[in-house]
Amino acid sequence: MAENIIELVDLTKKYGSFTAVNRLNLSVKKGEVFGLLGPNGAGKSTTILMMLGLTEPFSGSVKVCGINSTENPIEVKRRVGYLPEDVGFYPDLTGMENLKYIARLNGIPEKDVEARARELLARVGLAEQAEKKTGKYSRGMRQRLGLAEVLIKTPEVIILDEPTSGIDPTGIREFLELIVQLSKEEGITVLFSSHNLHQVQQVCDRVGLFVSGKLIAEGNIESLSQKLFSTESFVVEAGVNSSGKENNGNGLEEILKDIDGVTSVSQKDHTFYVGCSRDATADIAREIVSSGSELAFLRKKEYGLDDIYNRYFEGGEVHE
Amino acid sequence: MTFITAISKEVKFMSDIAKQIQQPKEPWLSKLGLTPRKDVGMHPFRVIVDKEISDLVRSWRFKILIGIIVLTCLGSLYTALTNIGHAVKPGDPDNAFFFLKLFTISDGTLPSFFVFISFLGPLLGISLGFDAINSEQNRGTLSRVMAQPIHRDYLINAKFMASITVISVMFFALGFLVMGLGLVIIGIPPTPEEFLRIVFFIVLSIFYVALWLNLSILFSVRFRQAATSALAGISVWLFFSIFYNLIVKLIARATMPPEMAPERYIVAHRNFILDLMRLSPSQLFSEATTTLLMPSVRSLGPLTMEQVHGTIPSPLPLGQSLLLVWPQLTAIIAITVVCFALSYVFFMRKEIRSR
Repeated sequence: MAENIIELVDLTKKYGSFTAVNRLNLSVKKGEVFGLLGPNGAGKSTTILMMLGLTEPFSGSVKVCGINSTENPIEVKRRVGYLPEDVGFYPDLTGMENLKYIARLNGIPEKDVEARARELLARVGLAEQAEKKTGKYSRGMRQRLGLAEVLIKTPEVIILDEPTSGIDPTGIREFLELIVQLSKEEGITVLFSSHNLHQVQQVCDRVGLFVSGKLIAEGNIESLSQKLFSTESFVVEAGVNSSGKENNGNGLEEILKDIDGVTSVSQKDHTFYVGCSRDATADIAREIVSSGSELAFLRKKEYGLDDIYNRYFEGGEVHE
Repeated sequence: MTFITAISKEVKFMSDIAKQIQQPKEPWLSKLGLTPRKDVGMHPFRVIVDKEISDLVRSWRFKILIGIIVLTCLGSLYTALTNIGHAVKPGDPDNAFFFLKLFTISDGTLPSFFVFISFLGPLLGISLGFDAINSEQNRGTLSRVMAQPIHRDYLINAKFMASITVISVMFFALGFLVMGLGLVIIGIPPTPEEFLRIVFFIVLSIFYVALWLNLSILFSVRFRQAATSALAGISVWLFFSIFYNLIVKLIARATMPPEMAPERYIVAHRNFILDLMRLSPSQLFSEATTTLLMPSVRSLGPLTMEQVHGTIPSPLPLGQSLLLVWPQLTAIIAITVVCFALSYVFFMRKEIRSR
C-alpha cells in the first residue's frame, strides 16, 4: 500500500462561534486522485487553506508530504501546487510573463525559466496565446494557465479548488482529462474539490463527502454507495406490458419479493421498482417471464454520486 | 594560571569569530540575491520587487503623477528664476545661500518648489500605495502568489520597497534636475553645504512620502475596495492640510490668555498651539524643510527677547540645522514605522481567500 501523502488528524477550524471544519480525519495516498465533494460552505476551501498553511487550524494537525503545514508552510508550498478557485492573473502581463513570474518565485534558475514556461504552455494548450495579455483570456484559458503555473514547480501534490466552475462543458472535459493524464503519467497526487458530482465521478479514484465541516463518508463510488445504501445497492426497473394487467397485480409483487437478495418492491403504473442488495437482474427477468407477464423493459439502475449526494443533502438541508 | 589560559582561550575564540567575519563563506551580495547568476534562481524577494517596480513604472497612474510633478517643478523653477534678482537684499543672512533660494522663493503666483513637494508628496504616496494589497485580492492573484514558497511578508515588504525605490529615484532625479537647470541659468554653482542641504531635503521628502505611502498601504490592507482606501487616504490628507489648521485655530482662540497676562503665559500658550500643530505630519515636514533650506531659521518656536539678545544674525551651519529638525525627522520616521507595523500585522493575520 502506498504511503499517505496528505494526513489530516482531528482538524478543527473555528471562526468565532462558527465551526467551519469539525474534527476532520482524512488521508490521501500517493498517486491518488481524491475528490472532496460537498455543497458551498461545507468547509472544503478552508480545509485546503489549512493544508497550505494559509490559515491556522484551531486544533488538530495537517501533514502534507510528511511536513506539518502549520509549522513549515514554505516547505509544503514548495511541493504542493495549488490552483485557487477562480484564479486571477496580472491582467497587464502576458500569459508567458505571468508564468515566468511564478517560475522565478519558485526559485527556478533563470536559464531554465523561459524553456520550462514554453513547454508547459504547450502542454496545457496555450502555446498560441502565450504572448496575449491575460486580461483578454477566457475563463477556461485562465484555468489552463493556472494549471501550467501549478506544474511549473514540478509538484508532488496538486490541489485544485473548484477548478471547473465557470468553464463550458467541452472545456471541463479537456481539463479533467489533462488532470487524469498528469496523475497517471507523473504519479502526481491530485486533490480536487468540487460540488459537481459528475466531474468528480469521471476522474476521482476516491471521494470524500463533506457536509457542514464534517467528512461524513469516504471511499470509492462503489463502496460509498454500499455504505450509504447498505440494503439497496441496486434498483432494477422492470416495465410490464399492459396486456398482462389482470393476472399480475399483487401476485407478481409477491413473487419478486421472494427472490434472494430483493429487499423492497414498489409499483407505479406498469413499472416495478425492485431494490436489491445484489445484482439480481437476471432472476427478476426470469421470474417475470415465468409468471406469464410480458416483460416490456428491464433497466438496472446503479446509484451515481447524484443519488449519494441527494440522499445526504436532503438530510443536510433539514438541519440547516 | 587558569585565569591566563581562560583569557587566551577567549582571545582565540574571538579571533576565530573575527576570521569568520573577515572571510564569509559566500559573498553577502549573492546572499542577498543581488548578483544575477544564471544557474541559480533569483531570490524571491528580489523577483517581487523587480516586478512591482516594472508594474509601477509602466502604469498610467505613475505617468500622470510624474507629469504633474515635473510640470510643477518647472513652474516653480521658472518663478524662482524670474524673481531671484529681487530676492537678494543687502544684509540678509541667507545671501550666502543664494542657490537654495531656487527652492524657496516665489512671487506669490506659484508656490515654491518645497511647498509643491509638501503638497504633492502625500498625493504621490497615497496614489502609489492605496491599492497595494486589495487590488491583488480583487484580481485573485493574492492567493496564487501566497501559494508559492515565499514568506507572506515578502509581498508587503516588496511592495513598500518597490514604491520607495521608485520615489527615491524620482525625487533625486527631480532635485538634481532643478539644481542643474538653475546652475545653467543663473550660472552660480552651489557650495558643498548647499548641495548637502538639498540632498538632506530630498531625503526628508522621501521619508515624508514614505509616511503617506505606508498609511495608504495600511488602508489597502484594511479596505477591500481600492476606491474606499484611496478615499480614506485622501481624506486623511485633506483633514491635515485643511481642517486641522482650522481646528487648531479655533482651539487657539478659545484658550487665548488675556492680553494683559504675564509674558510666560502667552509663551506657554504659543508653545501649546505649536505642539498641537505638530501633530500634523505636514507641519512637521514644512518646519523641517524650512529649516534645512533657509539656514537663517534658528528656532522653530517662539524666542524671547532675552534669548535673541546679542545674537549675530548669521545662518546656522548644517549640523545645527539638522539638530534643530531632528525631532521633526524622528517624528516623521516614527509615524511611518507605526503605519508600516500596523499594516504588517494586519496583513500577516489576514486570511488569504480567493477573491
